[in-house]
Amino acid sequence: MDEPDTEPPLVVVPGADSSSRQLCFAWGPAEVLVCETLFGRAGTENGAPSSSRVFVVRRDQDIYIQTLRKLFNESHGIFMGLQRSEEELAGKSGKAQLVQVSKNYRSVIRACMEDMHQAAVSTRDPALQGQYSTQVSILSAMELIWNLCEILFVEAATAGPLLLRLLDWVRLHVCDVDSMVREVLGSESPSKHKLFWNVVDIFVLQGRMDEARHLLSKEASANPTSMNMYKILDDLMKKMPVPSLSNTQTLTELELKWQHWHEECQRYLQDGTFASNPHMESICKILLGDEDAILEKKELMTTWYHFLVTRLLYSHPTVKPMELRFYAQSSMDLFLGGESSPEPLDLILMAAFEFEMHQVIKECSIVLSNWWFVAHLTDLLDHCKLLQSHNLYFGSNMREFLLLEYASGLFSHHSLWQLGVDYFDHCPEYGRVYLELHIERIPLSTEQKALKVLRICEQRQMHEQVRSICKIMAMKALRNNRLGSALSWSIRAKDAAFATLISDRFLKDYSERGCFSDLDLIDNLGPSMLLSDRLTFLGKYREFHRLYGEQRFAEAARLLLTLMTAHIAPCSFWMTLLTDALPLLEQKEVIFSAEQTYELMRCLEDLTAGNPDKQKFQDDDIETTKVEMLRLALARNLARVIVKEGTVEGS
Amino acid sequence: MEDVSAKFVSQKISRTRWRPLPAAALQPPDIFATGSWDNEDNRISIWSAGDLGNAGLNGEYHGEPHLLCDIQHNGDVMDMQFLDQERIVVASSTGTVTIFRHHQNNQTLSANHRWDKAHYHVDQDTSCGGAACTGVVCNNPEIVTVGEDGRINLFRADQKDAVRTIDNADSSTLHAVTFLRTTEILTVNSIGQLKIWDLRHQRNEPSQIFSLAGDRVPLHCVDRHPNQQHIVATGGQDGMLSIWDIRQGTMPVSLLNAHEAEMWEVHFHPSDPDHLFTCSEDGSLWHWDTSTNVSEKPSFLHQGGRSTAYLSHSTINQSVVSAWLSNDPTKERMEITNLIPNQTLSVNSLDVLGPCLVYGTDAEAIYVNRQLFA
Repeated sequence: MDEPDTEPPLVVVPGADSSSRQLCFAWGPAEVLVCETLFGRAGTENGAPSSSRVFVVRRDQDIYIQTLRKLFNESHGIFMGLQRSEEELAGKSGKAQLVQVSKNYRSVIRACMEDMHQAAVSTRDPALQGQYSTQVSILSAMELIWNLCEILFVEAATAGPLLLRLLDWVRLHVCDVDSMVREVLGSESPSKHKLFWNVVDIFVLQGRMDEARHLLSKEASANPTSMNMYKILDDLMKKMPVPSLSNTQTLTELELKWQHWHEECQRYLQDGTFASNPHMESICKILLGDEDAILEKKELMTTWYHFLVTRLLYSHPTVKPMELRFYAQSSMDLFLGGESSPEPLDLILMAAFEFEMHQVIKECSIVLSNWWFVAHLTDLLDHCKLLQSHNLYFGSNMREFLLLEYASGLFSHHSLWQLGVDYFDHCPEYGRVYLELHIERIPLSTEQKALKVLRICEQRQMHEQVRSICKIMAMKALRNNRLGSALSWSIRAKDAAFATLISDRFLKDYSERGCFSDLDLIDNLGPSMLLSDRLTFLGKYREFHRLYGEQRFAEAARLLLTLMTAHIAPCSFWMTLLTDALPLLEQKEVIFSAEQTYELMRCLEDLTAGNPDKQKFQDDDIETTKVEMLRLALARNLARVIVKEGTVEGS
Repeated sequence: MEDVSAKFVSQKISRTRWRPLPAAALQPPDIFATGSWDNEDNRISIWSAGDLGNAGLNGEYHGEPHLLCDIQHNGDVMDMQFLDQERIVVASSTGTVTIFRHHQNNQTLSANHRWDKAHYHVDQDTSCGGAACTGVVCNNPEIVTVGEDGRINLFRADQKDAVRTIDNADSSTLHAVTFLRTTEILTVNSIGQLKIWDLRHQRNEPSQIFSLAGDRVPLHCVDRHPNQQHIVATGGQDGMLSIWDIRQGTMPVSLLNAHEAEMWEVHFHPSDPDHLFTCSEDGSLWHWDTSTNVSEKPSFLHQGGRSTAYLSHSTINQSVVSAWLSNDPTKERMEITNLIPNQTLSVNSLDVLGPCLVYGTDAEAIYVNRQLFA
């Protein structure tokens, strides 16, 4: 077991009195329930009554930020696209595609950042404003880290292009320069502006030579005396060799050119060409990669990684990925100069420069308040086949572990749970188990929501959950006295026991009221009637009523008899059925044949003989009268049918 | 290039509806309303689809929809319908039906009228017991609502109490309702039945019942052909599109395999009913186009001769019968396009008006397509 790297953070539960009482807790799927106990700090029982409050402590707070929901939803689409394109990634275009995916993720972060920024500007509530600003800075840090990972890991830029990418990275994330440029260029004579040289320096530090030269030409035209000096500097800046993205020049060619250019700069500096102008002299020193000269501009660079990239640009333009770590470490040390200790962001970037992917992910997990970032980044790196060797001592692998954490967070949200489903789907080992546990805990407020949850379970053959959802809905309907609804839910779940229960309710209602409710359902059961015996009986019995109503007596009689002889009808219902036979027996024309009449008689005798005790016990006359009447009707029918059948046969 | 603009709105959208155009309007529709579901705080929002005029200037700017105003709504928005230019009727999962008024001069929304617990289980007066109102349809000033309680309510926009209530109209859940004629309504339920109710009759029973054969697959949505009122389309739980001719038979005329999961809404194009739109839980939105075969047929006319004259006569007859009712789907060409490839989460609602389509999804986004027939 690894030791935890940092102390676990302390979470203060506002409102809970943890100073004098012991707290107790229970784990939930994504949150913890906390409450105060009767026990005091020292373990002795404290007489004072504790507050009867339960606190819900949520882990993944960012999930609840309204603006971030855009991030979760939009990135869900990208994530799904990435999983779909699994096969295509094998080819050569695979890398370009992965870089595109990475850029898509970043543009979502940026869009979200803009929204958050808008919200911060438009709100008047200072507390809310602070909250938004914090989020903006977190998002911008995430984007910064993601971009660096994209360059180093996803694209895996090689020596040459690597530097260009790093320059882009620095330019993209140091954005206060643009406002300064606008201010300088907007003034009447730019070269007299107090920030003029700052802007030129920034351009040079960021390797934006054309812009720097453009500004310098303004100064030159305003200052004809030092024209020559400007020309030389301008020429040096113009001639500076830079790596190209295309493969037209080899690295050695570039190094050679660069060496020449470097020597030329050196010569001018030693000549004292720029001695009369300290600004230009320092620019020339920067061009030479003089560390002290660059460090003097510390204020303009603001961060150590800017310093690193500038230093690389002017002293090691063909830096190889593996050499980065040395320069990065020394740049950070030089820049911070022992005055301040590195912050978490610095450590994460440093880990990235050292190609310690796992360290990056680990640090991010600790520092960031959401799982979104690490889950998506890890998944992307996994698709780049960079993480395969790494297995955790728990769970399956890091990608899956982080995705599970993220998706569990989504599931704890009242509305975002739907997104979580797809993430679980792409966790081969534990995804299914997690989904099964989480999906059962979704509150089913409306049938529509239940249908959506049900669809998710059915698509994944989660029979157990399907049954439980249908049962919950059927119970709800039953409680609301919606027998029809309850029955259709249990039919959907193929829950025979519950269908029997509901059928019994229908039959009970019938024997109490003498008519059926919910005819539209019972008449239309179709093949689902076969789900349970009782349901079959209900359907058939209703069919008997319909036939009777339509005056199709012969068919009705046959059906009625079958219900008893085939033991479809429950014994408790036989008396009702026999009573139903009465009017048929009393019809003018003979309906039951002799054989059928014998069967009926047998049924009646079975019934009376089957429970003689009960018969005696029931002292009410109605029951005995009924039996008497039936016997009489049966006897009369038998007499008539013998006559009829005799005459028919005789004639 | 399709002109679709999207906006993520941080709430799952259950309904989208265009505001009806005034009779003499020539412009395409601009204003639409959305309702959300499954949120702790659900909202009704009014949006402007974005000015198309602005897009021309720099080419790529399509003006995404922007929010005009919104108001909190108690419970999930289950269904929604514009009563007129200003008023929207909203059905809630709490069983309440509310009319909201959109004040266009100062862009605000306010609750205009509310029928609390129009739908309820067991007892209207107990505190819990509200039953979700699943569908609403308006024909100003009349409003008909249906719910999970199997009840049908008829309201008038200006009257406090229900004009008519049919308790236990259906033993299962009623999923949707639409007007067939001014006095007749159509409902679909969760056991695959389509019922016609004549509101003039005082009897609390449907005047006609149609049903799917075989497994009673629940029906989720219903729409009627705008010109030929006997043609009705419904969508079911298995994603199947059924076309019914209510003049004959008790079974659908044709069953068309469509989506892979619940079909949540079906709409004939209001002015061009050869086109039909359906959306589904599987995240797809389909455009069904039967106009191709109609447009191809007139080519017979140009050939001249007696026999062709006869042929053209018969084809004209056929097009009057409508392509939707043809019994042989292979004979009639029907072009079907999925308008959203690669979407994974449910498309809960759509609405078409003129050349414009608006739809909303569980991925918390709304989409506006302004050039449907481009």
